[in-house]
Amino acid sequence: MSEILIEERKIVVPGEVLAIGLDYVPGENTYREEDKIFSKVLGLAAVSGRVIKITPLAGPYMPKVGDKIIGRITDIAFSGWRVDTNTAYSAMLNVKDATTRFIKKEEDLSKILAIDDYIIVDIINVTSQRLIDVSMRELGLKKIQGGRIIEINSQKVPRVIGKKASMITLIKEKTGCEITVGQNGLIWILGSPEGEAAAERAIKMIEEKSHLSGLTEQVEAFLRGGR
Amino acid sequence: MITNTKTVKELVLQNKRLDMRTFTEYRQPIEIETNISWTAEGSAKVTIGKTVVMAGVKLSLEKPYNDTPDEGGIMINAELLPLSSSEYEPGPPGIKAVELARVTDRGIREAKAIDLKALCIEPGEKAWFVTVDIISINDAGNLFDVANLATLAALKAAKFPVVNQETGSIDYKQKTGRSLPLTKEPISVTVYKIKGKLLLDPTMEEEKSAEARLTVSIDKKGTISALQKGGEGTLTIAEVGTIIDLTHEKAEELRVVLERVVVS
Repeated sequence: MSEILIEERKIVVPGEVLAIGLDYVPGENTYREEDKIFSKVLGLAAVSGRVIKITPLAGPYMPKVGDKIIGRITDIAFSGWRVDTNTAYSAMLNVKDATTRFIKKEEDLSKILAIDDYIIVDIINVTSQRLIDVSMRELGLKKIQGGRIIEINSQKVPRVIGKKASMITLIKEKTGCEITVGQNGLIWILGSPEGEAAAERAIKMIEEKSHLSGLTEQVEAFLRGGR
Repeated sequence: MITNTKTVKELVLQNKRLDMRTFTEYRQPIEIETNISWTAEGSAKVTIGKTVVMAGVKLSLEKPYNDTPDEGGIMINAELLPLSSSEYEPGPPGIKAVELARVTDRGIREAKAIDLKALCIEPGEKAWFVTVDIISINDAGNLFDVANLATLAALKAAKFPVVNQETGSIDYKQKTGRSLPLTKEPISVTVYKIKGKLLLDPTMEEEKSAEARLTVSIDKKGTISALQKGGEGTLTIAEVGTIIDLTHEKAEELRVVLERVVVS
């Protein structure tokens, strides 16, 4: 009796009816009105069992606890730093979350992190008002030095990383660069200037062609040809 | 907005750029598309790399200025749309928009690219006035050179509208085949100085890292019609010489692209 109106990986627009009947369940970026399921966003449909969800093609990044992001220091406060997260919301990095070492009361915080420094941080708390707390105490979280930072659409981050990090590992191996992908769409690349430029172009290519299949092979061919 | 200023400067010292271009290489593609708007008398969209600028020409009949009764006029305005960069806000033009308009205007005006006397219809009474509007569609750096190319292409493509001889009113829906009296095509090339090195066609990141810049407008014969220096840094006399030599060379490259614009 229930009917599904879309195919896997089809592009849907907001308000498009995805399925009729109560046998299907609305997943991410969809909603139910009476017995119909509608799309909330422009994106690609995905059906897994009874659940219908949409992977958005574009849209802002929404901060989530546990995400690793790249931020920029915008202000130094009394007991911490204000961090621009490349979203609508700014984050707070408390002194106790910045280092493992003891920081004296009268210490100059700008000696540790100055304005316009870029940092890799983890989101440890997001309130309902979207006040974000970030931490630098985990392994691999640090102040960024050297290299370059590029920006991509944050919705394409999963494609840049790939299944089980396959894509990003490929780029790292072929270009010899160290790459950190922030969930907010900022990516840090560190390596030789040539490697960095190649990695940047490869990532921009993934961003552009993210909706196509067979991307890993294309990226591999691109990186082989580009060297 | 990410700037990578430190990396840009480090790479420049190794004679490299973020995108691996040479210092004097323009981004590709360089494209000019004309007559993109049917409401303007002439229009053009110019793309250099990711930077896109549109320009439109409107013509109107006005009373000439009192000090030049036998001449028409030209006016160039620029607007930096908020959609073209995260730095631009809606509202009255800021200092960047004003400078862009003035540099473009000066390049064309001082070269006497348009024969203003030929725009006059009745001395002291009636003459054609040319208004050019420049808008940025995407600012990925080097707006000066792109805006200048867009303005020239739009002026080249412009056709006079039909004027009703009895009433004197302009019928903008009908165009005559007559083009503007464009006698010269002064091309602007902007050279940026970063860490003592001279770069052409900077990206947004390189623009932010630059200490100084010099815009040189040059016509086909190599005559310089205008200069504009910007930025806090200084330029030595030797550097200005090098910049002018570079301009001669690069303006020819851009001129080849501009001359490909076919005006029917």
